[in-house]
Amino acid sequence: MSANGHETPVSLTIDGQRVTVASGSSVLDACTEAGVATPTLCYSENLTPVNACRVCVVEMEGSRTLVPSCSRQAEPDMVIETDSERVRHSRKTVLELLGSGVDLSQADELGQWVTHYEADVERFGAGRATMEEPIRIQDELYIRDYDRCVLCYKCVEACGDDAQHTFAIAVAGRGFDARIRTEFDTALPDSACVYCGNCVAVCPTNALQFKTEFDLREVDNWRPEEQSVTRTVCSYCGVGCNLELHVQDETIVKVTSPADHSVTDGHLCIKGRFGWTYVHGA
Amino acid sequence: MADLLIGSDQANDTERVAVDGIVEGYGPARVEEHARMVRGGGQRRHERRHLLLPALHALQHSEGWISPGGLNYACEQLQVPPAEAYGVATFYEMFRTDDPGHVDDVVHVCVDGPCQVAGAAQTIEALKAEGKHVHASPCLGQCERPVAQFIQGRRRPDNVEADAFVDPAESVPQKGDPGLRLLRRAGRIDPTSLESYIGAGGYKALAKAFERGASDVVEQVVTSGLMGRGGAAFPTGIKWRGVAAEPGGQADPSQPKYVVVNADESEPGTFKDRVLIETDPFAVIEATTIAGFATGATKGWIYIRGEYPLATERLENAIAEAHKAGFLGDGIARSSFNFEIEVRRGAGAYICGEETALFNSIEGFRGEPRQKPPFPTTNGLFDRPTAINNPETLVNVLDIVLDGGDEFAKIGTETSSGSKLFCLSGAVNKPGVYEVDFGATLGDMLELAGGVVGDLSAVLLGGAAGSFVTADQLDLPLTFEGVRAAEVSLGSGVVMVFNTDADLNAAVVRLAEFFRNESCGQCVPCRVGTQRQHEIAVDLFTPSGNAARVANPAQTFDDLDRVMKDASICGLGHTASTALRSALDLGLLSIGDNEQGGRE
Amino acid sequence: MLWGSNAREAHPIFFHHLMKGLDNGAKMFSVDPRRTSSSKFADVWLGLNVGTDIALANAVARHIIINDWHNKDFIAHSTEGFDEFAAAVEPYTLERAEEITGVPAIAIAELAEAYAKAETAQILWTLGITEHHNAVDNVFSLCNLALLTGHVGRWGSGLVPLRGQNNVQGGGDMGALPDKLPGFQAVTDPESRAKFEAIWGVPVPPKPGLHLTLMFEAMATRELKAVYCIGENPADSEADILHARKMLGQLDLLVVQDIFMTRTAEMADVVFPASVAWAESEGTVTSSERRVQRVRAAVPPPGEARDDIEIIGALAAAYGSVWNTQTPEELWDELRSLSPLHKGMSWDRLEAEGGIQWPCPSDDHPGSPFLHGWLWEDDLGGRGPAPFTVVEHEGPKEQLSEEFPLRLTTGRALDSYNTGVQSGSLNSPIRYGYTIDVSPADAARIGIDGGETVKVSSPRGSVEMEARIVADLAEGLTFTTFHFPELVDSNILTSDAWDKKSGTAEFKAASIRIEKLKETVSG
Repeated sequence: MSANGHETPVSLTIDGQRVTVASGSSVLDACTEAGVATPTLCYSENLTPVNACRVCVVEMEGSRTLVPSCSRQAEPDMVIETDSERVRHSRKTVLELLGSGVDLSQADELGQWVTHYEADVERFGAGRATMEEPIRIQDELYIRDYDRCVLCYKCVEACGDDAQHTFAIAVAGRGFDARIRTEFDTALPDSACVYCGNCVAVCPTNALQFKTEFDLREVDNWRPEEQSVTRTVCSYCGVGCNLELHVQDETIVKVTSPADHSVTDGHLCIKGRFGWTYVHGA
Repeated sequence: MADLLIGSDQANDTERVAVDGIVEGYGPARVEEHARMVRGGGQRRHERRHLLLPALHALQHSEGWISPGGLNYACEQLQVPPAEAYGVATFYEMFRTDDPGHVDDVVHVCVDGPCQVAGAAQTIEALKAEGKHVHASPCLGQCERPVAQFIQGRRRPDNVEADAFVDPAESVPQKGDPGLRLLRRAGRIDPTSLESYIGAGGYKALAKAFERGASDVVEQVVTSGLMGRGGAAFPTGIKWRGVAAEPGGQADPSQPKYVVVNADESEPGTFKDRVLIETDPFAVIEATTIAGFATGATKGWIYIRGEYPLATERLENAIAEAHKAGFLGDGIARSSFNFEIEVRRGAGAYICGEETALFNSIEGFRGEPRQKPPFPTTNGLFDRPTAINNPETLVNVLDIVLDGGDEFAKIGTETSSGSKLFCLSGAVNKPGVYEVDFGATLGDMLELAGGVVGDLSAVLLGGAAGSFVTADQLDLPLTFEGVRAAEVSLGSGVVMVFNTDADLNAAVVRLAEFFRNESCGQCVPCRVGTQRQHEIAVDLFTPSGNAARVANPAQTFDDLDRVMKDASICGLGHTASTALRSALDLGLLSIGDNEQGGRE
Repeated sequence: MLWGSNAREAHPIFFHHLMKGLDNGAKMFSVDPRRTSSSKFADVWLGLNVGTDIALANAVARHIIINDWHNKDFIAHSTEGFDEFAAAVEPYTLERAEEITGVPAIAIAELAEAYAKAETAQILWTLGITEHHNAVDNVFSLCNLALLTGHVGRWGSGLVPLRGQNNVQGGGDMGALPDKLPGFQAVTDPESRAKFEAIWGVPVPPKPGLHLTLMFEAMATRELKAVYCIGENPADSEADILHARKMLGQLDLLVVQDIFMTRTAEMADVVFPASVAWAESEGTVTSSERRVQRVRAAVPPPGEARDDIEIIGALAAAYGSVWNTQTPEELWDELRSLSPLHKGMSWDRLEAEGGIQWPCPSDDHPGSPFLHGWLWEDDLGGRGPAPFTVVEHEGPKEQLSEEFPLRLTTGRALDSYNTGVQSGSLNSPIRYGYTIDVSPADAARIGIDGGETVKVSSPRGSVEMEARIVADLAEGLTFTTFHFPELVDSNILTSDAWDKKSGTAEFKAASIRIEKLKETVSG
């Protein structure tokens, strides 16, 4: 920022290409500006980057280690490589590590990157430790299937001070034994949870699912490619939250909110997220 | 601050008293001033969050575990969400969140390094046979006296039995040697007496610092070439200059700056800071005060391993005594300099030795490292500018202030100035902390420690995060430049010696397990990488393993090593495979011993 | 200053923005009889007696004035009536206010100082201010504070009433007020009427209509004999509900247009099933912050349900008037041609920009994030100065008595909404149902436990409800939601008093008695 408070744009080099981004942008933003697709997992535009997953790492001239593009601020004249051998190696191996311990079968976007980097999730041999968690179905709104959890912290952030400030869940334990938990693994309805669904909305691997989606998947009838998504405004209080109604077979099956909308930043409350059942006379 | 939902489990009276004792002095986060006026809010909550770790210690101590009711009560008082507090409680080795079913002390037995070689497994069995409750622990920082034990007391102080009858100065075989600098007072003064410390030249450096002025002290430290002794070897003066240049602190106490002493000495094989603090605690306090003066900090925090009860006690005593004598508090030594020091106990987490993880731990959060930049000099403890130093580093400052940076720079070698504490453990005749001026070789150190017991097999240099070296590297100069040239590291000064009787396979598998257990779990390369590394090490290097399960072990270790070095957040991941790789490269391990003993 | 608002539960996503401010160091005071979940975020909670807002606001004003913290330049330039106002608040000393409101003087003084000295400050309120018999006076008392300190008409400062329904603002925008045409143009103004008459081709009656509460009075006198009720459930939602139902029952004709077969619809002579406005129809809504946004059809309406526009159009046709504006976009363009506030908001812009805040007078106008900026202009934007309004403390109409010694106030719970017709089918894991919240002291005195079913009576009737003991609740105060009329008619209890200026009923202050039910004799 210059002395008069006006922000000076930042110019840097991404894969040999000069790009200019607004001050305060991340290296990831600069990559996007340069037209370079970057795998991300723990990053979300409506959450503070926690840089935990490390799939977005890039090589930066002058840095001993690779740097996470999501949380590294773009600085003038940085020289960034996004497709060097080192970058490809780290991204591939990180995906292999993730895939070796977690069920990524419903992490659609990540799956594409697994293919892209030719990651071999079987390479560490059979019978390795995995998340090994039972599916938690404790109410009619959510399910939690931590076999799919990559500990990206997004749900914790959305429940915590990035949005909801309810703090019903946190990471407990350490290392490979770390898990997302309520205190003492209290059942969700007895916890502080207020069922805003913001954790579910940000989950990148479907470890957290709306019960509507889970039930349809159970009967093999979840067909996202056939679903329409319509943006509208919530029918409850006067805040004006935008909703995206996901409709399959003329029935609402899921409600989300656009992360780039200035009213919601992608977050909703229990009424907006789940209070649509009356539309179908339920 | 928030509309927290705290569960219905109630604390018992013991737990309430325990938590109240911690909250006292700060007051609870919510105050009902009147039936119709309640004070709360984010400010109060943030100002009290750092009491969480002490409150959890108090709960653990009161009931032998952190019960739901106890946790709820602490959360209510501090306005911490229970899920977060539970996340913090489950982060530390010394806390348990399930009912142990007994009310006895728990004996922690070290299973790392020399203790492993010396028969930790048998010790554990023997203690269990005596009916004791035993917890297998990572390195307890008593490597000079294996098998190390630490007793976690319930409703009585934690203690190390050895402390009761072994003078800590016994861990300094050179004690009394006139050539000593950092250890010159070890065993020669009463570490509980300020008078004794002053009699041995104590607090002259602080007076000299006031005489020099803050900026000159910083410049003397820059000139001295002093490098951090905690493992990262960053120039101390540059760090201080950075913090001194930041606004706030003494000039504006509403925008505090901090000095943090990183006494969370958890690198396996390291015990120098424990011995230094136990034998000369006032030196650490004086040096911390000087660091505060030089950087303009308003407060010092000493974060010390939870497994160091004697060192903690001596520091707390030293702070109280210094306070009484006017060396801490407002207007120190009739100057306008105000400075306080607070001690915080860790609770068993190697990762909390990483500086930003340590900040999070003090602040009452999980000890997970933060992404750098920003660096601590601008965004450190409580997001304020912070100078964080190792105790050994700080004690060097006393001589630098007294004699000047130029004089100090003459000690040691060109690029490694001063003296260094080394922790000799394992197969040497006289294990202990040794101080030498930089320039001594590995062979010199082994000789100083009375020579190797038996035939030398390998030396683990620098700790678990370091590398193995072998007999053909005995002339390796233990200087920053010397180890860099050899592509190894000094780390925290660990020289852990293995003779040919030691099972290096077992030692390396245990190292892999250590990192697997100590990874904070935040980033994928380290969380899963250390797990896979350990699993594969078990398969390859233990009799019960299944070597055939790993398709291409060399390539796999290499890939894990690279991804952890390249893509982990912090030093733990960066170094988690170094020792294992060096052992492999040196051919110290026997792969495939176990092909018949495979398991499915 | 969050005043009479539990936004944490009633406006959760607005509260996200508020929490961001708190995280960035903003200070918050909460004025509410209950220590609500919103109040728990506050640096200071002031628990006033129900209906004593004016006394508190006037005391805050007096304390600001006597300490010379008021914004004298702003007052001189932009306001009028300060001297009368200052004289009127003079009797509201901290001591007197403490006596009336129950809030300790130090809390009032602290609030006054913080508000006056803040660089930017907002007063946010909801129905805790407006569901009183003197609702408009309550609002004036808060406006006075903003005028006194200049915390209005500037970025970051202002007066923020939080709207309870997704399009209550839009209803006003579209002229669904007894005395206004679309765009808040007065029906009494011949020029405005002429504009509309030219487009509509029919004369517009110059006489203001009746607001809801007056309609019920008109029903009682049989002046009003037929009602066309669209999307409202007065047979459940009105205060003093037994009276309201009786009035609806004696109408000659009741036509209800709704998406639900509500209790009101069940009483109707004719029911027009309507499509769901936000999921089965196209159109716009206007949020609390005057942001006009598009709603869109995502699913087809069930059965014979039809779009509101279509129903009204068909009704008009049946009366022999053929309207040529049929699509939502055409109707919107008609509105834009008549309402200067909305003129610049083309359908395309609404699509592209996601939402625009009025006033938006031209195509290149970005919309207005806040109002009343003219107060800071040299010529006041050509307007007159903003007046202080002298308001006096009255207290709730319904005084506590020996027979009905407890105060009942009402509000929303997070997972429920109004009379529950929409939220009722949501299978919420956190719903605690139809309960009456009682303070521990009152519960002990009456001799009831949490979970016990008790008899709750007001001067208008009695219901049975489950008691919930709430530690944070002040002694003498009780609370219930109004979400479960099919279970408990809590509006049997609420007061029939209402505000002559706004027509709002005093839902927030009834007097009640709680009794233990006679023990059931078993065996």
